[in-house]
Amino acid sequence: MAKQPKAVALISGGLDSMLAAKVVMDQGVHVEGINFFTGFCVEGHTHAIREKDRAKPKRNNALWVAEQLGIKLHIIDVIEEYKDVLLNPKHGYGANLNPCLDCKIFMVNKALAWSFMEENGFDFIITGEVIGQRPKSQRKETMPVIARESGAQDRLLRPLCAKLLPETHPEREGWVDRGALFDFHGRNRKPQIALAESLGFSDWSQPAGGCCFLTDAQYSAKLTDLWQAQGSRAYELDDIMLLKVGRHIRPNERFKLIVGREEGENRYLEGYRRRFTSLHATSHKGPLALVDGDADDDELALAARILARYGQGRDADSVTIAITQPNAVASEVTVAPLPPSQIPAQWHVGS
Amino acid sequence: MSAAETLDARGLLCPLPVIRTQDRVKGLPPGTIVEVLATDVGTLHDIPAWCRVHGHEVLSMMDQDGVNLGPAGDEAGTAPQGIKAGSEICIRLRVGA
Ligand code: SF4
Repeated sequence: MAKQPKAVALISGGLDSMLAAKVVMDQGVHVEGINFFTGFCVEGHTHAIREKDRAKPKRNNALWVAEQLGIKLHIIDVIEEYKDVLLNPKHGYGANLNPCLDCKIFMVNKALAWSFMEENGFDFIITGEVIGQRPKSQRKETMPVIARESGAQDRLLRPLCAKLLPETHPEREGWVDRGALFDFHGRNRKPQIALAESLGFSDWSQPAGGCCFLTDAQYSAKLTDLWQAQGSRAYELDDIMLLKVGRHIRPNERFKLIVGREEGENRYLEGYRRRFTSLHATSHKGPLALVDGDADDDELALAARILARYGQGRDADSVTIAITQPNAVASEVTVAPLPPSQIPAQWHVGS
Repeated sequence: MSAAETLDARGLLCPLPVIRTQDRVKGLPPGTIVEVLATDVGTLHDIPAWCRVHGHEVLSMMDQDGVNLGPAGDEAGTAPQGIKAGSEICIRLRVGA
């Protein structure tokens, strides 16, 4: 008996990659999923932080998809390697800081490297790409660019639009019947939904903007602000996680305040008190704030006045705020909450 | 039954605890017991889901006071009632074949 062909499917957690994998599985190919964690992914942890989202699903969509399909899913930490993709995208950015085309090339290349490294004899790679679906990265012209620059060449199969693309290796080998693949294109989602229904799926997740925070204008503004403030385009995982949390208020280029918006965020920020100077009110209830940057005493007093504005003492004459250094040395100041009119809109980063 | 392997994933947010579990389990012989310590309540959903797709078995999920937290959530993946955010979670699993 001929050996069963094996494919690695890039699983984002959305509908398209789920369908692409399923269509190929149904042709008798052994499929395993792969999913990459860049640090910017819109995933369960953002829900886990925010109290108001606690009742909502916080499943990992990629794992959920793997379970629906009955396939293994390998989740790969690419946080470090992804930095170069984001900081130096050869093909540039999309509408915000999303380097989608470089990101796709990177992920297909990683999937290829992984499938060789595993020595599992994977024969080809599947993605859920659809021509014309995304203005920047999923166009007819970008399809061969991804295949070429990732190194996957004709071992990259896009089942949802394969009929609009040149024949690939798995089709030529007869592992996959081209006639049973699709010619989806454009932004219309009806064909995918019809296919999902015909395959018996009744539930799926469809992130609106894309699969990651980099497509979000507010998030991109916060990241740009971070780079400007530190004078270099670099980041660590903690930096980019903190951009997902709290109100970011920057009175000047030397420091910004990260103010928890609710209990879940306050608890999350707690975890950073040994890295940042932190402020909280002692005379009233109110949120926790971290000071990111080098604030002098006057600036800390200003920070205290801003923070007082966001607690229950907002209308009081004075509020006492504890200022705790990362080494746990604490002092207190008593300040008047800053009136809203004295917090200019441009201090609010990314909103 | 003592755990042969312990993994400290406290302070990490999902999916990192799952990734660390996956990397630790890789290459371990079937039947090995692995204990994962975590703080993100998402692990109560994600680690069992990951175990199901890879054929590993979740033996127990408890908080630091020994209160049973499993089976985790419902289909939608909500955290079980009563789990306090910031609790320490201990998930024991047995590596499958
Ligand atoms: S939305 Fe984010 S994860 Fe998705 S392709 Fe673009 S940059 Fe990559």
